[in-house]
Amino acid sequence: MDLSYGHEYDTFREEVKSFIQAHKHKQPGPGDGLKSPALRNWQRLLIENGYHSRTIPSEYGGFGAEPDIIKSRIIAEEFGAARMHRGFNGQGVTMLTPVLLEMGTETQKKAFVGPTINAEIIWCQGYSEPGAGSDLASLTTKAELDGDEWVINGQKIWTSTAHHADWIFCLVRTEPDAPKHLGISFLLFRMDTPGIEIRPLVDMTGDANFNEVFFTDVRVPKDQIVGERGQGWQVANAILGHERGSLATPDAAINRLNGVKRLMREESINGVPLTENPVFRDRLMKLEGRVLAMQYNDMRLLSAKINKNQDVRLANMIVKLIGTELRHEIECLGVDVMGEIGLSYGDNPHIRGNGSWQYQYMFYLGLIIGGGTSQIQKNIISERGLGMPKEPKIPLTKPVAKEA
Amino acid sequence: MEFGLSQDQRLLDESIRKYLSSEVPLDTIRKLATTAESDAAVWQGLSELGLAGVLIPEAHGGAALGMLDAVAIAEALGYAACPGPFLSTAIMASYLLSQAGATDPLAAMASGQYRVGIAFSDVIGARKGQVIESHSKLSGQSLFALDADADAYLVALADGRVFMLESSDVERTPLATIDGTRSVCELGFDSSSACLVANDIELIHQTLHRGRAIQAADTLGAAQYMLDQAVDYSLERKQFNRAIGSFQAVKHMCAEMASQLEPCRAFAWYAGHAFDESNSDAALTACHAKAHLAEVGQFVAKTSTEVHGGMGFTDLVGLHYWFKRIGFNRQLLGSPEQVRHEAAILQGLCDA
Repeated sequence: MDLSYGHEYDTFREEVKSFIQAHKHKQPGPGDGLKSPALRNWQRLLIENGYHSRTIPSEYGGFGAEPDIIKSRIIAEEFGAARMHRGFNGQGVTMLTPVLLEMGTETQKKAFVGPTINAEIIWCQGYSEPGAGSDLASLTTKAELDGDEWVINGQKIWTSTAHHADWIFCLVRTEPDAPKHLGISFLLFRMDTPGIEIRPLVDMTGDANFNEVFFTDVRVPKDQIVGERGQGWQVANAILGHERGSLATPDAAINRLNGVKRLMREESINGVPLTENPVFRDRLMKLEGRVLAMQYNDMRLLSAKINKNQDVRLANMIVKLIGTELRHEIECLGVDVMGEIGLSYGDNPHIRGNGSWQYQYMFYLGLIIGGGTSQIQKNIISERGLGMPKEPKIPLTKPVAKEA
Repeated sequence: MEFGLSQDQRLLDESIRKYLSSEVPLDTIRKLATTAESDAAVWQGLSELGLAGVLIPEAHGGAALGMLDAVAIAEALGYAACPGPFLSTAIMASYLLSQAGATDPLAAMASGQYRVGIAFSDVIGARKGQVIESHSKLSGQSLFALDADADAYLVALADGRVFMLESSDVERTPLATIDGTRSVCELGFDSSSACLVANDIELIHQTLHRGRAIQAADTLGAAQYMLDQAVDYSLERKQFNRAIGSFQAVKHMCAEMASQLEPCRAFAWYAGHAFDESNSDAALTACHAKAHLAEVGQFVAKTSTEVHGGMGFTDLVGLHYWFKRIGFNRQLLGSPEQVRHEAAILQGLCDA
């Protein structure tokens, strides 16, 4: 057991620290939107210095460094400690870029990777449909070839940032007679193409974090496909792997737990601080124990990535399930320690922490469901982690596309 | 950066598990847990593998390993529900005596010939009974001392003094508990002659916290056994013409056990490592690991038994030895509530 990153990394950490000191004042503020010059300039600065898109080859606009997990970890630690803006990390950056680099054509890489990481193209993800959630492969939005164009008809849902997006990466059914997993293709197209309608989906937080997107005879050039026809499911699965881990990092849970501690010191009942209340304190300590377990689990995962000498498949698989449930409970304690004040929302003058406790309490319920529900996670853990059999399937009598 | 067991630690773990699976099968556990038969042969075998002297310096015949090694060992012992004085003699007494410079008994302890028990009830919130000292003679009583067949005991007083006395100088009554794989007793003192070996409350706490980290690892091992058994059983047992492990209700029970338990492995490792590196969070981590494993262990013990259906409730499968071991670990050296209270005090959230 050796938890130090080694002296050879001390210099690198110093470099990161001095970059933060020198450039801290340039980071975008809360008012700087997705398309603001402040964000784009910041993004360019981070990439030039290797603090964003670090391992993306320079020919495609990245920094072009060799992958080094410890360096990436140090950047995350120092940016986190200084509460520095990490740059734009939308779905195009985190999910599409790795897939294009792996499966895209040279033309696609050249055309999309650079503008995507520089926040010049904002992407949204067209996966889920009203009838295809946990069973994503049963999706029915169809694309038919008409000359040199795909003609797309159907509907997507849970499309975050669709209203800001320039482009969409989208799963569509192109082979209606093939088995469901083999009939899907992965298309890229502009969001201002005629025939696309976006309707915001207001959720329980009061915000529209997601949208519904409708396609009516949307015409898209034939070559805007990633991978071959019918390979879309493989492409999509590569991306879903990227999404899951990022929904539940222990670092954020630690920050929020420390936030609850501060809140408990500040809030009082009849003049007695909440830290003096044994019931609340025990809830806090219980959560702290659970957070620590996830923190050390995360260190084990990091070590396994570097040294490749431990089987951590199970340790990895459980992160989304445990991490999102845990985070929801931390936010819940934050609300509970405030009692009636914890009900405050919107412009209530008694609100604490900008209303983040209630907001996150609700938002994390969304994340327990999104990105593969807790129940789907448990299927994955029992089947792939513990080797238990799949639920017997009811045989399909007809191809998916013809059911709808 | 390397977070995990070293090659040596993995080999040690393997050799212990191999020994336990051949020498301490369920029949042996059942016999030792339900009869008066001594665990001397098992402890002798484990001592030959170096377990008794894990924390004892080489100069006194020990293996001079660390707490992370001890955590790996405890996990293996918990997995087998193995009886023996590992927690008392090999961890708590060995550490305390080494630190206090009272090295005379160490060589005999390392060889497995001499067992030193622990009577710490006065420093972990005694419910009943108290030890009083006057002119190096002890009076009163100490409950739930480990183990019932030790050759001598270390008695910790709330003021920080630790006395050692031979078992012949004390009235000893074995106490029956749910867990037959451990032995505890009540010690009665009547002006018993005792030797002061330390006067240092911090040393007592350091000893106690090490014991807690070991308890956490023991529960981890026992719970892992129960999870493995549940999965195996669910694949064998058929109802409605299907393995019950193909029903989503059963699969989700197993997934929940695995999801809660798997991160505990890294947690227990760090709890051991923090002592080896004298990290400032070692005591806090030990408290949290003990309390967290108590909760996860309780969940796994209940859920695994349920996956086994009626058989889980019987003595035939013997799963209950692990259920009870986990229950024993939960209370001994501080209940989860009490240990979490200490965790809050250790970080200044409230006063002692």
